[in-house]
Amino acid sequence: MTLRSGLTNPLTLAAIAILALLAVGETLSPGFARGDQIVRLLTVAAILGIVAAGQNLVILGGREGIDLSVGPMISLGAVIAGNIMAGANAAILPAILAATAVTFLIGIVNGLGVTLVRIPPLVMTLGMTAIVQGGLVVYSQGIPSGNAAPALMAFINRPLVLGLPGILFVWAIIAVGLTFLLRRTAFGYAVYAIGANERAAMLVGLPVNRIRCLLYGLSGFFAGLTGVCVIGYTGNSFISVGDQYVLSSIIAVVIGGTSLAGGAGGYIGTVLGAVALVLLQSVLTTLQLENYGRQIIFGMTLLVLMLLYGRQGRLRV
Amino acid sequence: MSAVVRSRPWLLTLIALAVLVAVNTALQPSFVQPAVLQSNLTTFLPLTLVAIGQTYVVMGGDIDLSVGAIAALVNVVTVSAIAAVGGDGLTPIIAGLAAGLATAVVCGVINGVLVAVLRLQAIVTTFATGIVFAGTALFVLPQAGLPVPEAFWRSYGATLIGLPVVLWILLAGLAFALFLGRRPFVAHLTAVGGSRVGAFQTGLSLSRVRIGAFVLSALFAGFAALCLTGETASGDPLLGQSLALSSISAVVLGGTALSGGSGGPVGSILGALVLGMIGNVIFFAGLPFAWQTLVQGLIVLAALAGGVLVTRR
Repeated sequence: MTLRSGLTNPLTLAAIAILALLAVGETLSPGFARGDQIVRLLTVAAILGIVAAGQNLVILGGREGIDLSVGPMISLGAVIAGNIMAGANAAILPAILAATAVTFLIGIVNGLGVTLVRIPPLVMTLGMTAIVQGGLVVYSQGIPSGNAAPALMAFINRPLVLGLPGILFVWAIIAVGLTFLLRRTAFGYAVYAIGANERAAMLVGLPVNRIRCLLYGLSGFFAGLTGVCVIGYTGNSFISVGDQYVLSSIIAVVIGGTSLAGGAGGYIGTVLGAVALVLLQSVLTTLQLENYGRQIIFGMTLLVLMLLYGRQGRLRV
Repeated sequence: MSAVVRSRPWLLTLIALAVLVAVNTALQPSFVQPAVLQSNLTTFLPLTLVAIGQTYVVMGGDIDLSVGAIAALVNVVTVSAIAAVGGDGLTPIIAGLAAGLATAVVCGVINGVLVAVLRLQAIVTTFATGIVFAGTALFVLPQAGLPVPEAFWRSYGATLIGLPVVLWILLAGLAFALFLGRRPFVAHLTAVGGSRVGAFQTGLSLSRVRIGAFVLSALFAGFAALCLTGETASGDPLLGQSLALSSISAVVLGGTALSGGSGGPVGSILGALVLGMIGNVIFFAGLPFAWQTLVQGLIVLAALAGGVLVTRR
């Protein structure tokens, strides 16, 4: 690997960005890079990272794959989980199952719209956003209800083993599991194949539509799981709690080096992308800038990151 | 029949619009009164203008998520420029309009250069520039306020040769779209969106065409911002946040494919009006308030799916 290709490798670059942001944060506010602060940042990154896992799969699957409906699905997952738990530890498992099952099915509907009706993913998931939001208003009648069980809140906010909260272990398991799935199983190779060249994948006999449907279903599943984490993190939920994750999940995937064109990239990059994004937001908060300054720097940083390695190939005759 | 529809997908949007107008008139008999029509058009106009501009970007195979932020920026720049020039008469208003539209052009050029020259992906890039534009709007005017002169909003609400000014603006948008449709630019844009490699190989300047589309999109977002300023008569740095995604829905409803290379702004105008009318009909159908968002979402998705099914090749 030459120096140049090393520097333009998304994984290296994201790692450098993370170290640089930590250094900047520590300089601006001593104690920024302390152990407990880093654990807190990683917890926030884990919540983003879990929804970005689904987003990553949908984007890898190609044909302009994208899931804008993760926001309301997170909110829905949080509201369903909160209502089933209602503060009782015994109901945590049923709550997780119900929340993820419902959002998985919504994801499958997205997948059917994209594959069978051939609606562009951006439009399908945008339409689904309005429907799930509307469904949430009907379900909750606009009143926040339900709350997290104490054990779930402890699992996400309190140290479990080695000073780390349980959610970080869940995230690690997802990262290892998803990377194994993508790199070492037939399903994973099929995902890359349909993302890189759908026609070729179809000609070798891959069930392209079924795989793509499943990817959207998995995106729903991860969004529902994120919803459970969100309510465990904050204790209660409101019907737009997931909105902030829609574009940040896409950005985490892009910063992590997965191409929006599909077929190239992976989840380890997205993990680093989620950490870098959360760190950046945290550094900008530490700067105590006015709101506009934070926004401008945040947008500029995204553009610079994309300029470094998000560029597309040059057209040639 | 299907060949006619395939070459003019907006015919279906027109039929949908006619049905919605009929249903709305049945539910709300006062709908056809000139004053009610004018107030409805005032509500629909900003999205309609944004949708016209968004169409050009989509036809070229790109997408512009920053239109809402551009509208907010143009709005605050316009009201701030009017306040900075001060005084009575037309001078401050003309200065404000010029400053606002110049801002829009700059935003469009930035988007176009990043996407077409520096080869960044349009969807993430315009999202990021949108954040920067929105931040700049907050910098220019941190809080909503700064009233515009009475002449500004009075003339926006006035009538000209018997027709409301808002209708004239809509007709001007339509006329511009029809005029541009006869110019080589749109043919080039369709070629670029249809086959980027093919267009490149014919020697077409891709970046110039794509930058042009982004500038048009920003300019129409600027026009929409001026209309919103005429409606609210003040500045608001958080205005127009739903414009980006709604304009994409309008473009798709109007029969322009998101993959680029087909469609046109006339359909998008109808698409934006259909979106507005769906909201109207649901409001007047007397549904319980909690159900309105859900039903609206279902109808819009059904319309989008129907449009895709009819026009797909």
